[in-house]
Amino acid sequence: MRKLVIVLLLAPLCGWAAEAGYRLDSSPHDPHDLISLQAGARTYVNYCLGCHGLESMRYGKLTDLDLTEAQIRDYFMFTADKVGEPIRTVMPRRESKSWFGVAPPDLSLAARSRSADWLYTYLRSFYRDAKTATGWNNAVFENVAMPHALWTLQGERAYDRESRKWTEIAKGIQSPAEYDATVRDLVNFLVYVGEPAATTRKVIGIVVLYVLAIVFVFTYLLKREYWKDVK
Amino acid sequence: MAARLWSWVDSRMPSLKQEWRKHAAEYYAPKNFNFWYFFGSLALLVLVIQIVSGIFLTMNYKPDANLAFGSIDYIMRDVPGGWIIRYIHSTGASAFFIVVYLHMFRAMLYGSHREPRELVWIFGMLIYLTLMGEAFFGYLLPWGQMSYWGAQVIVNLFGTVPFIGPDLALWIRGDYVVSDATLNRFFALHVIAFPLVLLGLVVVHLLALHDVGSNNPDGVDIKKYQDASGHPLDGIPFHPYYTVKDLMGAVAFLGIFCFVMFFIPEVGGYFLEYNNFIPADPLKTPQHIAPVWYFTPYYSVLRAVPPLFHSQFPGVLAMGAAVLILFFLPWLDRSPVRSIRYRGPYYKSALAVFVVAFLILGYLGTESTTVWGQFGFDAFFLDTKDRATWLARLCTVVYFLFFILMPWYTGRDEVKPVPERVTH
Repeated sequence: MRKLVIVLLLAPLCGWAAEAGYRLDSSPHDPHDLISLQAGARTYVNYCLGCHGLESMRYGKLTDLDLTEAQIRDYFMFTADKVGEPIRTVMPRRESKSWFGVAPPDLSLAARSRSADWLYTYLRSFYRDAKTATGWNNAVFENVAMPHALWTLQGERAYDRESRKWTEIAKGIQSPAEYDATVRDLVNFLVYVGEPAATTRKVIGIVVLYVLAIVFVFTYLLKREYWKDVK
Repeated sequence: MAARLWSWVDSRMPSLKQEWRKHAAEYYAPKNFNFWYFFGSLALLVLVIQIVSGIFLTMNYKPDANLAFGSIDYIMRDVPGGWIIRYIHSTGASAFFIVVYLHMFRAMLYGSHREPRELVWIFGMLIYLTLMGEAFFGYLLPWGQMSYWGAQVIVNLFGTVPFIGPDLALWIRGDYVVSDATLNRFFALHVIAFPLVLLGLVVVHLLALHDVGSNNPDGVDIKKYQDASGHPLDGIPFHPYYTVKDLMGAVAFLGIFCFVMFFIPEVGGYFLEYNNFIPADPLKTPQHIAPVWYFTPYYSVLRAVPPLFHSQFPGVLAMGAAVLILFFLPWLDRSPVRSIRYRGPYYKSALAVFVVAFLILGYLGTESTTVWGQFGFDAFFLDTKDRATWLARLCTVVYFLFFILMPWYTGRDEVKPVPERVTH
C-alpha cells in the first residue's frame, strides 16, 4: 500500500505518453510570464478564434493578464459587444462540420485534455500533403481535419513519415526560433485558459500548507502533553 | 453560564452525556495504537469533507446532459471559490479509497476482523461496497468522455448476466444508452440515496466496534486485566487521548490532501482523467477506456478472465467474487493468533504476495492490455498473446488463492507465543 502511495505521488512526473509514437517536445511555457500570455491571447484572437471558441472564458476574465477593459474591448473583442460575454467563435457549427468533416472543437479545456506538450508539438508539426482535403497534414495528429492556421508565420514544410525528416518548402514571415516563441506564447495562453485559477491555486496552496504545518506543531505538542502519563 | 446551560440540557436529555461517555470519554481503547490506526478516523474525516463539499457543488451543478459538463466548468471558473470546492471533492474521492484501503489492510495486518469483531468487518465491507457505488454514480456526473464511457462499460457488465442481462442494463440506465435519464438518476443516487446508506452503515460500524472494543497491534484482549474500577489496565479513554492523537493525524493528513489538491489535483491523470476534460460524445468511443484507479484491480480481473461462449459473464462473476470474497475473511483465517507480529512465515509471505498482486492488477487496469507488447511465439493455449493479460491472469489466480488457501496455510503456520498484555 505504501508503494501505491509512492506510485501515485510519482505518477505526474511520468507525464502524458505520446500517441502514435511521435515524440512530444517539452513545452517551455511559463504561466507567470504576463507578456507571453498577452502575446498568446493576441495570436489566439488573430489566428484561432475564427474557428475555435473559448466558450467557458469570458472576455472580462482577460484582466487577469494585466489587460484593461478598454484594451480588451479595442484589441480582442471581435465577436462580442460586452466584456462579460463568453469568447465565442463566429464559425457556424453545422456548416463547419460539412466543410471540414468535423466541427472545430471549443478549446477552453484543450490544454487539460491534450497537455501543453502535445499542443506545443502539434502546432509546430504541420506539413504539406497533397493527399488530404486541406492540403495539410500533421506529424502528431495524422490526417487531422485542421489546416495549418499559422502557415504564413511558419512557412511550408514537407515531412517524410518513414525517415522522420523535415524539409523546408517555403519560408514564413518568422524564423524558426520566432515561430517557436509564438507557439510557446499561444500554448501558454491555452494552458492559462484551461485553468485560469491555476496560478492563484498554487499561491493559496503555499499559504495553506504553512498554516497546516504550524497547526500540526500545536496538535503534536497537545498530543505529547496529554500522552505524558500513558506508560 | 456554560455550566448552567449544560446542566439545563443534561436534566432534559441525560442520554447525551451517557452516549458521550459510552463512545468517547469512557470508551477504553488499547493504549498501543500505531500509525495504521489513524485511517478509521481519517475515513470519517473524508466522509465529512465529501458531504460538505458535495453540498456546495450541488448549488451550481446541473444534472442535465446538455448542461452538466458546462456547469462543472462554470464552477471551476465563474463561481467564487468554486475550483477549491471541486478539487476538494475530486481529491476527496480518491483520498477516501486510499484511506479505506489502508484501513482494510490494517485489519488484515492485525486480525481486526477476527472473532468477536466479524460484524464490524461485515459492516465495514458493506461501507466499502456502498462507497464503490457512490463513486461510480458520482463519476458520471461531470459528463466527460470517461464519465460517459466508463458508465457505459460498467452498466454493460450487468447486461452480460444470462437471460435477464439486457433488461437489467436497460432498467439501470433508464434508456437504451447512457443518457440524460441515466445522469438524472445517478445524480439522485449519488447525492441522497447512497450518502444516507453510507452514514447509516458508518453508525452501525462504530456501534458494533464499541460493543466489542477495539483490537490492537498485538491482537490481545485488553479486557482480561482490569484495575479496581473495572477499566482495562492497557486501555485509555478514547477522549481525550485518541481525540488529540487523531487530531494530529488529521492535520498531517490534511497537509498531504492539500498538497495534492493545490499543486497536483489531476495526479497525472489518476485522480482526474485527461479524457474527462472532453465533453461526453455518444458517437465517439475513446481508444482506451479505463476506470479511475480505485476500481482498476477489479477491472483487471474482469479483463483477465477469458470469455466463454462469447459471453463476458465469467469475467463479471470473477470480478464480483473478487470483492465479495473479502466478506468471508474472518472465517477463512484459522490462525490461533490475530496479529502479524506473532504469525509465522506462511501468512506473512502470503500477505506480501497478495499485496504485490493487488498492486500489479491495479496498475494493469489503468493501462491498455497491449502495454507490455506480445509474446513472440505462438502456441495453441495462447488465446491472446498480450503479455499484460497473462500477468493479470497470474495475479488474479494469486488474488483468489490468497483467500481460498487461507484456511490451510493459516492453520499450519508456525506462530509465536502471544504476550498476556500489550507490548508497545
